[in-house]
Amino acid sequence: MGALTTRSPQARIRKPKWMTLPVVLGGAVILFWVLTALTVQWWAPHDPISIVDTRLLGPSWDHPLGTDALGRDVLSRTLYGARASMPVAAGVIVSALLLGGVVGAVAGFFGGWVDSFLMRLTDMVMAFPPILLAMVIAATLGVGIRNAAIAMTLVWWPGYARLLRGQFMAVKSYDHVIAAESLGASQFRLMTKHILPIAFTPLLVVSTMDFGGVVLLAASLSFIGLGAVPPFPEWGSMISEGSRRFYDYWIALGPGIAILTVVLGANFIGDGIRDLLDPRTKS
Amino acid sequence: MGTYIARRLALMPLLLLGVVTVVFVVSRTASVDPIASIVPERLLGNEEIVSAARARWGLDKSAPEQYALYIKNLAQGDMGTSFRTKQPVGSDIADKLPATLELTLAALAVAIVIGIPAGIAAAIKRDTWIDHTVRLFALVGSSLPVFWTGLILLYIFFTQLGIAPGPGRIDLRATPPNGVTGLYTVDAVLAGDFGQAWDALRHLMLPAFVLGWAVLGIIARMVRASMLEVLNQDYIRTARAKGLTGRQVIFTHALRNALIPTVTILGLSLAALLTGAVLTETVFAWPGLGSYAVESTRGLDLPAVMGVAIFGGAMFVIANLAIDISYGIIDPRIRVS
Repeated sequence: MGALTTRSPQARIRKPKWMTLPVVLGGAVILFWVLTALTVQWWAPHDPISIVDTRLLGPSWDHPLGTDALGRDVLSRTLYGARASMPVAAGVIVSALLLGGVVGAVAGFFGGWVDSFLMRLTDMVMAFPPILLAMVIAATLGVGIRNAAIAMTLVWWPGYARLLRGQFMAVKSYDHVIAAESLGASQFRLMTKHILPIAFTPLLVVSTMDFGGVVLLAASLSFIGLGAVPPFPEWGSMISEGSRRFYDYWIALGPGIAILTVVLGANFIGDGIRDLLDPRTKS
Repeated sequence: MGTYIARRLALMPLLLLGVVTVVFVVSRTASVDPIASIVPERLLGNEEIVSAARARWGLDKSAPEQYALYIKNLAQGDMGTSFRTKQPVGSDIADKLPATLELTLAALAVAIVIGIPAGIAAAIKRDTWIDHTVRLFALVGSSLPVFWTGLILLYIFFTQLGIAPGPGRIDLRATPPNGVTGLYTVDAVLAGDFGQAWDALRHLMLPAFVLGWAVLGIIARMVRASMLEVLNQDYIRTARAKGLTGRQVIFTHALRNALIPTVTILGLSLAALLTGAVLTETVFAWPGLGSYAVESTRGLDLPAVMGVAIFGGAMFVIANLAIDISYGIIDPRIRVS
């Protein structure tokens, strides 16, 4: 009796541990941009591609972020930019998870020379500063947002492969896996049904934390001129246009703040997860 | 430890060969014919000129032949000739390297000088406003696109306030200092021209701050986490119990051990540093390897792009190895085992 009644009402409705201010704030920001990407065509003030006013107007009531060198509305273009960055970042992470996941699973499951070969391959890709390799790949594939996404995927997968490989090697020797194996489960079944469900959690965590980094890399490639092709509104290429018109700061202001908020939001969430998992930062 | 270093060193040539191979394979998948960046557009219809150009640049050979030739030349220090500058890529890189080195070293200095004390302060004053401010400042730094931060800071400090110089390494009208290092600040001081040294330093400040801020977060976070871990150790409690002041405990007992893991983070920040350098150089018209890489990429200058990528990859591999080894040397626990 005593043990039950001593629990205060507050203790029972205590919010979950992950629910800190930064995580909630970051989540809200990401949600805003996801919703924007999905619904912007219904509420954007102007068309992002057509010329709507005099060129290079400063911020005003009609154009809160001004107009660019062609007379397009910067605010509308910034909002539409979410349509490029959000799906590209999500697509790159999912593709990298698939590619890296398969490589890591195969390496960890089979071990031996397969493992050595695949891990040397990941070493080779990881031997480059990411942007340098992405630049080379994107340049050889040709300019375009799809090619930039392919380039980023090819640069991003090795981390996931290494992580899942380690997981697979550990889980491979768990009792339930050995039991399933002696019952005659196929190798494919062992990998997908018995090992993967346990092994993939850390991968999920890490890939969530990577979202901001991928958004940043995508914008960087576009800024260099290897991503989205004009007139398609994309944050990195918009900043690149702004950098050519030094005194008209507002052209680059909107897309820059957009990138900052998305990446900061994602990093807030990532930081929250990291704090939750890192034993060193626990009190 | 000795065998570990030996093994890593032995694997090194293999990894470097891998770096070259990756770049070569990628460059062969080009969907755009490199001949388009050699021969002027109006001559592309002329069979004779095109095939002569192919032969001249070795583009008529088969892929394995090209690969073997590339490796052979590379082993002799020849990275080919840039389509764009018509200079050997090796000497182009040598020309551009000092500018990048000056920028990245200055940025790293900014990141360390601000990042380490900030991380320590955040750990000591955990969960206070100091901690929160440091973490926010660090997180904003690693979330900012450097190419945008650079632009905005140039707008504020150069065009509006007029207290910072514009893009570039030195005043446009000045002749660069003639020196051995190629680092303008150092060369100017060595030449005794302090006016120019000041000018070079002023030009260096904004880009170094922009790039340093981007890297600082990684360092501050690591120092904070590792400081928190150390502060929980028994020997810290012992030091406190025997009556040492807080300052003594922090600086003579905790700090040394807390900084050990920070060395490894230099490896991680190196990637951020090089990535950031490419973009920072582009914004600040900094004539380094990053700008060279971007211009070559835009012009589909294959030999130059390959050269920079291979050079960058090789530097990255070597630096990471050096960091791993130094980690072993610094940390007695690793050295002994």
